[in-house]
Amino acid sequence: MKDVDDKFLKNIDKEFPLREELRPRTVTTPDGQEIEIEPLKDYFCEAAPKVHPKAYIPIVENFYNWARANSLWILGFGTGCGAIEMRPLMTPRFDAYRYGIQWRPTPRQANLLMISGYLSVKTLKRAVRAYEQMQGPKYVVGLGSCTINGGMYWDSYNTIKKLDQYLPVDLYIAGCMPRPEALLAGFMDLKKLIKAGKCEGANKYAENFAFYKENQKSVIKDWDMPDYNW
Amino acid sequence: MRDIHARLKQRHHLGQFERQRPGLAFFTVPREYLRGLLLDLRDKEGFSHLVLLTAVDWMEEGLFQLTYMLNNRAEDVTFGIRVMLDRDEAEGDSIHDLWPTAETYQRELKEMFGINFPGSPRIDDEFILEGWTDLPPYRRDFDSLAYSQQTYAERPGRVTHDPREHMKQKLYPDGV
Ligand code: SF4
Repeated sequence: MKDVDDKFLKNIDKEFPLREELRPRTVTTPDGQEIEIEPLKDYFCEAAPKVHPKAYIPIVENFYNWARANSLWILGFGTGCGAIEMRPLMTPRFDAYRYGIQWRPTPRQANLLMISGYLSVKTLKRAVRAYEQMQGPKYVVGLGSCTINGGMYWDSYNTIKKLDQYLPVDLYIAGCMPRPEALLAGFMDLKKLIKAGKCEGANKYAENFAFYKENQKSVIKDWDMPDYNW
Repeated sequence: MRDIHARLKQRHHLGQFERQRPGLAFFTVPREYLRGLLLDLRDKEGFSHLVLLTAVDWMEEGLFQLTYMLNNRAEDVTFGIRVMLDRDEAEGDSIHDLWPTAETYQRELKEMFGINFPGSPRIDDEFILEGWTDLPPYRRDFDSLAYSQQTYAERPGRVTHDPREHMKQKLYPDGV
């Protein structure tokens, strides 16, 4: 971009300290034993995500993909203005349920994460957590120009500008904000992509895990969760 | 409004009275008289509602301006009371014991402008930002664009049009 500004330099020396309660330490149990605890390791499984191999026979994989395309469960997690556009889809006016698309309240029950607009760094952290907790095969759709190139928050100090740097995006729906019709068209496109076997976001995430983590950690300074939140 | 001001003037050091529209006026007071004035307004004049507390960064003058907006519902009068603070060691006086809502405003000002309010509850906790390590982002010497260019990855190909030139091109391509 032509208006790159180099007079202001951001402070890169300062590290954000890990919260007190998350630091490894020695504690005394009620019965007088001394034990070592490391909260970020003790409560979570450390295994990184694994690539899910394709079925050996293509026709079986095609059948799987057909089934996956017809079973889209959206995680009801609205991040930006675009979340408003999902509401009419759940009601009789646009009625996305007739295409077999429904919303679920928790990541464990969903397989489609809609990032519905700008993501602040704080929300990105929750979105990463939610994404990692979802069961594979899982898909990510970015809504609106904010997820594509920053949209009108392109100069904000606190919103990311390119979602696929942090999460594996299968499909973008352009617009500011995209209308419900555009979302419906987007769902149809997503189905086509899934049927064609082109939505391999979860595997991409597993393969490039280090790349995604590095990018996530470069903006989320206050990293207070394990590396993989399964 | 003027009679309230006239009454206050006998008891307090008030700056220039700037009337903006019927029912809204601003004036500046020195920091040390702020608390007495606010108490007086709240208890004697019926300004029971703290509408907002916000700040303006006068970087060139080296000052922060705090604005306390108080509203008297019965008479439909709003006063904006300005207090100027030194920008280098920005520190205001907490009024969380007069209006509990001020606590939230003060936390916001601490995080966004770096104005400290000693004694205000939870003033050192994070308010909206998480893990912020740079200058407070609402200070004018913080360059939001430069920060975002240095922090967040960009997708190439973004263009910006000057709206005036762009519409001229579109509507009158021949330049007529
Ligand atoms: S693209 Fe537009 S509507 Fe969507 S989150 Fe960004 S600003 Fe809001």
